[in-house]
Amino acid sequence: MKKLRENPALLSLIIAVSAVVFGYWLLKNPSSTLAFLFTLGTLLAAFLQPIPRWLKVLVGGAILLLILPIAGFKNSFLFELGIQTGIYSAMALGLNVVVGLAGLLDLGYAAFFAVGAYTWAIFGSSQANNFMPWKIFPLPGAYFYLFMLVAVVMAAITGVIIGSPALRLKGDYLAIVTLGLGEMVRVLANNLDHPINITNGPQGITPIQRPPIDWFIAIFDKFGIHMSRAEAYPLFFYLLVLVIIGIVTLVNFNLDRSRFGRAWIAIREDEIAARAMGIPLLPTKLLAFATGASFSGAMGALFAAKQLYVSPESFTLIQSIMILVMVILGGMGSIPGAILGAATVTILNVDLLKAASDYLNDLRNAGFTLDLGFFKYNFANLPNQLEPAKYERMVFGLILILMMIYRPEGILPERRHVIEMKEEA
Amino acid sequence: MLDVLIQLLPSVLLEGLILGFVYAMIALGYTMVYGVLELINFAHSEIFMSGAIAGAETFILLKSVVPNAFLLLTLAVLIGGGVAALVAILVERLAYRPLRKRGTTNRLVPLITAIGVSFFLQDLARLIEGLWHNAFYRRYPTFNVFEKSYTIPNLIGYLVIAITLLVFFWVLIYFFDWLYKTLAKGKAGLGPRTRWYAAAALTLLFLVLYRAIIFTDLGMTIQMKSILVIVVSLAMLYGLNWLVHKTKLGIAIRAVAQDMQTAALMGIDPDTIISRTFLIGGFLGGVAGVLFGLLYTLVHPYVGFIPGIKAFTAAVLGGIGNITGAAVGGLVLGMLEMLGGTYLTFLTDGAMGTEYKDILAFAILIFILLFRPQGIIGQQLGEKV
Repeated sequence: MKKLRENPALLSLIIAVSAVVFGYWLLKNPSSTLAFLFTLGTLLAAFLQPIPRWLKVLVGGAILLLILPIAGFKNSFLFELGIQTGIYSAMALGLNVVVGLAGLLDLGYAAFFAVGAYTWAIFGSSQANNFMPWKIFPLPGAYFYLFMLVAVVMAAITGVIIGSPALRLKGDYLAIVTLGLGEMVRVLANNLDHPINITNGPQGITPIQRPPIDWFIAIFDKFGIHMSRAEAYPLFFYLLVLVIIGIVTLVNFNLDRSRFGRAWIAIREDEIAARAMGIPLLPTKLLAFATGASFSGAMGALFAAKQLYVSPESFTLIQSIMILVMVILGGMGSIPGAILGAATVTILNVDLLKAASDYLNDLRNAGFTLDLGFFKYNFANLPNQLEPAKYERMVFGLILILMMIYRPEGILPERRHVIEMKEEA
Repeated sequence: MLDVLIQLLPSVLLEGLILGFVYAMIALGYTMVYGVLELINFAHSEIFMSGAIAGAETFILLKSVVPNAFLLLTLAVLIGGGVAALVAILVERLAYRPLRKRGTTNRLVPLITAIGVSFFLQDLARLIEGLWHNAFYRRYPTFNVFEKSYTIPNLIGYLVIAITLLVFFWVLIYFFDWLYKTLAKGKAGLGPRTRWYAAAALTLLFLVLYRAIIFTDLGMTIQMKSILVIVVSLAMLYGLNWLVHKTKLGIAIRAVAQDMQTAALMGIDPDTIISRTFLIGGFLGGVAGVLFGLLYTLVHPYVGFIPGIKAFTAAVLGGIGNITGAAVGGLVLGMLEMLGGTYLTFLTDGAMGTEYKDILAFAILIFILLFRPQGIIGQQLGEKV
């Protein structure tokens, strides 16, 4: 293995070949989970291994922009997976600023997602007519881009409102207060259908306008690719998400190296020392909170447009915990880690657990009998409560515990964090 | 309108009292662990839940075998408490101890582990229940003995209301007095005796008004199971206080809480003591779970979350790490929640209903943490540098 690392030419060859082989496999077999995982594995390897930059870009571009979209046309679930991974990656990057860089444990992160989602959901549907004087709603879909910015601002404002009492508190208390405030936002979304109907309560809001994509279809028409609107939307959202991830990653990298990034890390490492160095604690923490919140808000608006439907059910504590799991899994403070964590958890949650459930169901329905000689089990007797897809909490909990015990710095750790986590008390 | 509000008050206070005792019982577990490890044991709500479910299983399994309802309840309490204590010890051994041994300086690590344990246990309980019964909602059987209502004699009723109101007003006065002293720096505020007099005067005024407006009997009734909750939680409070302050184990626990290394030098094994602390806290949580199930009948793997977070609020409200504080916090929170839940609908003319009572609890938590982090009872501690 070590020898392989010292031989970039051989490594490049292996990665290029596997990209071609697995990409071809996925194109031939778009619904194969294994092919999909191997293709993504190649992408990860291309990113991590010391191979020339042009090859990294080539492999990444080919997989993300060519193989996945084409396979996605045959199996639209791939688009769904890609879009969700993208949305969660951006949110994990946002939470990474709060938890990873500034060291503030925020358990109510889904609240900002909710604020963003409701911002577009209310004005992008006829819902706003209930409390606004002008009967002009829903706003046309083109306003979506504007409202993405509005959602960013709204989420940042919510972050400041929630943060200004909460951030005066320390570690453990901050966690439980953000949890409470996050639940508050959900309860408000659930109950603000009376006396004035703002959020339509537990029924949620539907249908929500989507951005117009006629221009998008027209571009592809010129190249001789004809798509119906229903086919074009997943591709459009997929590409939009990729662009957003690019922007968010760039912003994150720059923040990490900026004055603010260093101030956040200083606060994370030692609050009192940071204050002694002249860092104003509350404003700096608030800035981290608002920055993290704004990423989440933007993705919320996108989520509302993609989903066409928004209800308080989508913004529960388990969502906040899921995003936390992504950040922890990848490594607190590490930008590639956050993306890797988001991809892993999303694929695990949306694809693998469901696949395992389906597999067990098939075994049960077929009445398959396992016979090991000394042990016989008929799968028809399997209780139907045993559905891996419903045990996401167990999986998330286990990931958190195991990571904290065996690898608290994460899979792709940030350099500074390794030192801190391994330090003797 | 006012007469309706006042007429409701005795029953609301009683309900609040019972709810408060449930919170107090759960809060004891948080307080014990926090006192020793300075860790918010998020998993305590699931330890409570495992006790509630184990109690339900005991009731369902043994209902036909054990004839006497009280004997059955005793068994359920012991088994529920035992299972919860076992879960608590295992959690400490498997999740928290490895972290302690590695000795990380990062404060987030134990907290994140605790959250993970909490989520893991929820689905573990669901898995076990699902494989066992193919359903994870369990219902406590009802017994006529426990459901039976007793009329509280007027005199005792008034006495209970008077004491409750007295304490309640005292806490309010104490709090506003403290607020006044903090805001107007240098002002003397009320003396300790004046606070009690003022509370007594308010209580008396209220009782006279009540008598004058309603004119009738209180007509308060209390169910047997509620009496049981009050009796058991009082016993638990007393027992725990005795254990911590009068026994050798208690001295060892306090020593470890104060300074783990020095305690170890004095021949106390911190690991054993921490394990015992989890055992005691877990047992109390499990007993609380069984009584909770008896009161509200339906239990499931996710039942612990809301009572858990309320109990934590209660522990903070009273002053975390302080046993009497947990009880006071639980009672005050239970009352406030019941009062808020009942009267919010009236006061806002139906615009805000009982749904907002959870928000009320969180608002109290934030308010307390911001303005009086040491709680109602509890000393201000300096920041360790």
